[in-house]
Amino acid sequence: MAKIIVVTSGKGGVGKTTSAAAIATGLAQRGKKTIVIDFDVGLRNLDLIMGCERRVVYDLINVIQGEAGLNQAMIRDKRIDNLYVLPASQTRDKDALTLEGVERVLDTLKESFDFIICDSPAGIERGAQLAMYFADEAVVVTNPEVSSVRDSDRILGLLSSKTRRAEQGGEPLKEHLLITRYSPNRVTSGDMLNLEDIREILSIPLLGLIPESEAVLRASNQGVPVTHDHDSDAGQAYGDTVDRLLGEDRALRFHEEQKRGFLSRMFGGGRR
Amino acid sequence: MRLLDFLRGENKKSASVAKERLQIIVAHQRGQRGQPDYMPMLERELLEVIRRYVEVDDDAINMSLDRDADCSVLELNVTLPNQEG
Repeated sequence: MAKIIVVTSGKGGVGKTTSAAAIATGLAQRGKKTIVIDFDVGLRNLDLIMGCERRVVYDLINVIQGEAGLNQAMIRDKRIDNLYVLPASQTRDKDALTLEGVERVLDTLKESFDFIICDSPAGIERGAQLAMYFADEAVVVTNPEVSSVRDSDRILGLLSSKTRRAEQGGEPLKEHLLITRYSPNRVTSGDMLNLEDIREILSIPLLGLIPESEAVLRASNQGVPVTHDHDSDAGQAYGDTVDRLLGEDRALRFHEEQKRGFLSRMFGGGRR
Repeated sequence: MRLLDFLRGENKKSASVAKERLQIIVAHQRGQRGQPDYMPMLERELLEVIRRYVEVDDDAINMSLDRDADCSVLELNVTLPNQEG
C-alpha cells in the first residue's frame, strides 16, 4: 500500500516543485515505485522540472473526467524505470479537480505504487487543500525568510484541520520541515534566520536542509531533477532528505559556514 | 563590516528581529486555529457595539472560544478606559 506525501508550503517560489521532483527521483533511485502528481492546475511546471514536457498528452483532469485512462496519462521517466509523472492540466479550470475524482485516482495508484508524491500549488485555496487532503505525510517547504515561515505555519494549521486524517481522527498526519535556499554564510553574519530558529518557531521535526545552490537552477534548466547531480551540495542534501524519509539516520550537512581566512572574518566580506 | 558594527554597538542583527516578529505573529495565528470562520467578524461587530457607548482602542478587545465536550465558552475581555469624575 502506497504512502501519500504532499509537498506544500503556502508561499510560492520556495521550491515545492523542485523538492517534489527531487524527492520522487530519490525515492525511485532507491528502488521505490514512485509517482509524482502535479496539482497546480492551470500553471503546471512539474513536467518541465522532470524534463518530460514534450511527452504530455493527457493530464490529471482528463483522468478525473474520464477522458483518458490513468495509464495513458502517466508518463514514465526516461532515466529511472520505476518513476512516473502525472501532469496537471494547463488549460482547464481548477474547479475541474474534485475531491471524489482525486480520491478515485489516488486509490487506484495506491494499489501499484510505494510512494505517491503530491506537488501542491501555492496558496491555501482549493487546489492546495485537495493536494493535502488524502496525505499520510506532509513535507512543508520553507525558506529562511519571514513570509515563508509565516505561511508555513498557516499550512500547518490546515494540515491539522482540513485533511482526511484530521477529520477522521486516528493516527495524525506526519509533518516534516524541509528548509531550502539556506545560506550558512548569511546565517553566521546574522542576516538570515538559522535553522534552529525556524524549527523552534514551527515546532515540527526537520527532515532536511537544502543549501542555496547553483545546482538547482542548472537542474531546472536541463529538466533533470537535482538529485541526479550527485556531486552537488543540493543533490546530496536531497539524497539525505530521502534517506531520512525512509527512516534512515543521516547527519545534517551543509548547514555550517565554509571556513574563511582570519582577515576576511575580521573585516567582513561575508557576501560572495 | 562586522568589526565596525561591533565597535558601533550595532548588535541587533536582522535575523533576530525576524525571529522576534515571527514568534509574535505565529503565536497570534495559532490562537486563531480551529476557531470558527465568523470569529474575526464577530469581534469587529462587538467592538462597534461597545464603541456606541464607550470609546475604546482596537486592541482593547480580546476574544477566545474554548470548546469542551458538551459546551463552548466564548470569553470576551474588554479593557475600558479610566472613567473621569
